[in-house]
Amino acid sequence: MQMSLKRLRPHDSVPILIFLILAAIPVLALIRSEDYLLSLFERLMIFAIAALSLDLLIGYGGLISFGHAAFVGLGAYAVGILSAHGMHDAIIALPVALLSSALFAYVTGVVCLRTKGVYFIMITLAFGQMVFFTASSLAPYGGDDGLTIAARNTLGGFAFFRSEGSLYYLIWGCLLGAYCFCRMLVGSRFGRVFRGAKENALRMETIGFNVYRFQLAAYVIAGMMAGLSGFLLANATEFVSPAYMSWQRSGDLIIMVILGGLGSLHGAIIGAGAYLLLEEWLSAFTEDWKVIFGPFLVLVVLFARGGLLGMGKDLVRRLSRG
Amino acid sequence: MGEPVLQLEQLRKRFGGLVVTDDVTLDVMGDELHAIIGPNGAGKTTLINQISGLLASDAGRIRFAGRDITALSAHARARLGVARSFQITSVLSGFSALENVALAVQARTGSSFRFIGRVAAEVGLNERALAVLNELGLAELATRIAGELSYGERRALEFAIALAMQPKLLLLDEPMAGIGREESLRLLDVLQRLKGRLPIVLIEHDMATVFALADRISVLMYGRVLASGPPAQIRADRRVVAAYLGDELE
Repeated sequence: MQMSLKRLRPHDSVPILIFLILAAIPVLALIRSEDYLLSLFERLMIFAIAALSLDLLIGYGGLISFGHAAFVGLGAYAVGILSAHGMHDAIIALPVALLSSALFAYVTGVVCLRTKGVYFIMITLAFGQMVFFTASSLAPYGGDDGLTIAARNTLGGFAFFRSEGSLYYLIWGCLLGAYCFCRMLVGSRFGRVFRGAKENALRMETIGFNVYRFQLAAYVIAGMMAGLSGFLLANATEFVSPAYMSWQRSGDLIIMVILGGLGSLHGAIIGAGAYLLLEEWLSAFTEDWKVIFGPFLVLVVLFARGGLLGMGKDLVRRLSRG
Repeated sequence: MGEPVLQLEQLRKRFGGLVVTDDVTLDVMGDELHAIIGPNGAGKTTLINQISGLLASDAGRIRFAGRDITALSAHARARLGVARSFQITSVLSGFSALENVALAVQARTGSSFRFIGRVAAEVGLNERALAVLNELGLAELATRIAGELSYGERRALEFAIALAMQPKLLLLDEPMAGIGREESLRLLDVLQRLKGRLPIVLIEHDMATVFALADRISVLMYGRVLASGPPAQIRADRRVVAAYLGDELE
């Protein structure tokens, strides 16, 4: 076997840097005794997991899902509903969150993936809205108002999630795991077929690949990852609400992926970070922060086709040229 | 020659009121290059699409290697060994030439539902892909991105993809269309290397290519087979000359 260090390429430095910074945040929060930093970055990493899974679909598969927030919501509601019935352990809640989002991805994917382009966007949106309205009408679980979770999940009986620090590193670990998993996936045999289907589905069919099966598998995988982020979101905020799966939220996820740079995975993390930090920062100035954010997004899309990541690469290239 | 590899039996296809493939019955033998010629709109591409499974037939049968494949999907037919090129070249533009070919090798070797292991480092795939590129004299293109290749190079790459599938039948839809003179000589050379190794169905407007390569020629007119036979016989056929070849040969 080759040395794993040898495989490190220069462009690996960006994701490594990202994860190092994220790992250092609790220390910073401790020094400056700013607790809100922890919850802000927990949120950031949770959305990064969802954005990562969406980048898998959009950036690598050309499947523009406009209902991705539904999976986040399903994961969150699994925690909320179980806890309302007195089941607080992650040993039950996590598998339920993952399986319900996987099942929903499979059932809807079977239908959605028969369509292409705009129709795929519309039908994923429709399924997403379906889940949204279902959750809104769940009167026993708070309906429109959502549901406060009595206590965070325990892990095999231990109150592991209760300490903010351990929850933070748990989320960090999940993000790292999700990132490494995606990286492995896109570079695998499966990933090559999935990427090939984005390039030219007709060619893939005539080579002998049943493109639909590969896309369905990827759709289920991405749905489960978003479900994981929902599970974490419910635990971090101790609250679930239909707003988690509104179509605006699906739109936010698409914006994150595009903002960071499509089809690079760590771009999705950067995008989620940029989106949430800008939201935080701009909303301190004005309630109508989207008035500033909107034009900014337009500028990024117009002038930096590779998103913020592409912009950064350009900058590095220019600087190193002198 | 032996057994026919491909048998079309009374194949039909209509688009609305227009019958595009009208009762086509045709055999392609074990190692022949069978050219299908005819004026624009004769239904040649439709026929290729029916054989490769991109279009469902309204009636009739397609038998391939002794098996009825009429109801099979395009990817299932590809797995059985039906490979094709397109009139408008169809490669994976964002992939390198080597990756394009390696993907075709991958389709034939082992499961692709494998989530671990870097596929780009799979020696078995890369070596065989490179061997195919070498065979067609395209080895120097291996690392180039397919979308940046010239039109003729992309066409040749498409042949390499088809060949890497280890096909038992090759369907070529106007391989010379849109290719410059110099590159068409190179492509002709590639075609000559392929000929005799496996049965080929060739659709082509360029009569020089057709008569240089074909063992047998079928002439398609308004979806019907007007005549079928060796080149000399087709050239001498009065109906064919009157209907199509007349202006092409002069």
